[in-house]
Amino acid sequence: MSEPGYTASEMMIVVAARVLKGARTVFVGVGLPNIACNLARHTVAPDMELIYESGVYGARPERLPLSIGDPTLVSGATSVVSMADLFGLYLQRGLVEIGLLGGAQVDRYGNLNSTVIGDYAKPKTRLPGSGGACEIATNARRTFMIMRLKRRAFVEKLDFVTSPGHLTGGDSRARLGLPGGGPELMITDKAILNFDNPEREMQLSALYLGVVVNDVQAEIGWPLKLAKRIEEVTAPSVEELRLIREELDPNGMYR
Amino acid sequence: MTKGGKLVSMREAIATYVSDSCSVAVEGFTGFICFAAGHEIIRQRRRDLTLIRMTPDLVYDQMIAAGTAKKLIFSYTGNPGVGSLYCIRRAVEKAIPLPLELEEYSHYGLVGRYAAGASGLPFFPLRSYIGSDMLKVNPLIKVIDEPYGTGKIAVVPPLNPDVAILHAQRADRQGNTQLWGLLGMQKEVAFASKHVIVAVEEVVEESVIRADPNRTLIPGLIVNAVVHEPYGAHPSYVQGYYDRDNESYLTWDKLSQDHAAVLAWLDEWVYGVENHAAYVRKIGQARLDKLKPEPLLAPSVDYGRYR
Repeated sequence: MSEPGYTASEMMIVVAARVLKGARTVFVGVGLPNIACNLARHTVAPDMELIYESGVYGARPERLPLSIGDPTLVSGATSVVSMADLFGLYLQRGLVEIGLLGGAQVDRYGNLNSTVIGDYAKPKTRLPGSGGACEIATNARRTFMIMRLKRRAFVEKLDFVTSPGHLTGGDSRARLGLPGGGPELMITDKAILNFDNPEREMQLSALYLGVVVNDVQAEIGWPLKLAKRIEEVTAPSVEELRLIREELDPNGMYR
Repeated sequence: MTKGGKLVSMREAIATYVSDSCSVAVEGFTGFICFAAGHEIIRQRRRDLTLIRMTPDLVYDQMIAAGTAKKLIFSYTGNPGVGSLYCIRRAVEKAIPLPLELEEYSHYGLVGRYAAGASGLPFFPLRSYIGSDMLKVNPLIKVIDEPYGTGKIAVVPPLNPDVAILHAQRADRQGNTQLWGLLGMQKEVAFASKHVIVAVEEVVEESVIRADPNRTLIPGLIVNAVVHEPYGAHPSYVQGYYDRDNESYLTWDKLSQDHAAVLAWLDEWVYGVENHAAYVRKIGQARLDKLKPEPLLAPSVDYGRYR
């Protein structure tokens, strides 16, 4: 097969941007979610307001932010508030439509670990911890996740639950009274997975060009459910690639 | 109050307000991080501190590598936008140079602890933690019945650090402090703390503060010491004054993977300089000039004169 003319990361960014179509308020993390949101704002979601946990509502960054606390997010923003107000008045109030999250580990119900690998008291690897992730996972009306497909990340059992997804599946999330709807999509570098079944279990819903079901199953640590119909995702357009390469990430940091 | 007001050197401020075994919050989210204070605490060889910061950042990585701390209260321990904080990881994973006790929250949980501490409340309720294992590893986070409903709600206790150290653009000699950019948790931690040290890029006349009262985040009423410390937040940033020195963050990512290299760095850049002004001279004006952003002025507003 010939080279596709784009990288797996670019495909991931393009897909993450496309699924934000029409979104009004998105809680953005740095890195891939940040480029995806900015791409969406230039294409499918021109009215999107970017919200950052550092306290920024309606950011218009003039450069690729170095972190979620980059001063470029402040200059030209609609509003800059304290973190108490950002988490209380914007997120907990229910004003965030979509939260974008990732982690070191995810399980079949979309619960995320970003705290430790190994035992909490004697960790093999100490990871950063929650930051705002637990609040985003709890309160965002919808949660989309972005992670590269890797067997050590898509695991049968998390070492630690940092951020709740669909917990033990079914209606377990609603029974605990969590306000947000929980995970809806998992965007990876090979496929899209969703949770559209009564068990609220991750299932394969779309494959990128050149990927087959076994490629996805090989990177997932449990027997993967398949959606009734598996879609095929179209390749990035010339314009999508141009925006990423020329405007959003000219130095190729996320290629 | 003397004519100089509360203006002191960083050496004097740390010597007066930061003692062994006390709890210290050097705060500021990604920017406004008072490295000048962190380095002075290292130079004065404080020990057994409880360090509090939502995002420990390089400043606490350095302080923990230097052996100042026995405990860390935090909500996200990463090198922002870069990767791991290796000194903190070494302390947690291998007790190098010392074991480090962790007390861990999510962002809103730690903001809530400051907010309760700042306003004299017994706890702060928040919609978080339910379904998370953080409840299992931090017994201070509790889930209670909603007093006016049928559901459950997580609560965190107030936090009142012995000292808060905050960096800002400007203050007057009495400590009335104006800050613009990411407001983070600075107001809450200042009001929550028993003592407050403010370090600023510029010390201004009281009239400058009074000309724009909406911008005053921290009143002198709760400030004990004001330190004039230009570039005091380097290598983090101060909105409108200088950008993050990202080279430093990338360099730290590499060198901090080796404890011996960290000790050598501390010898050169902390113990080897007499104060932050000497550190700034060592960095060099040419490098600092490159961090200066283009101006982007906010138009002034009319408060009106009512008499």
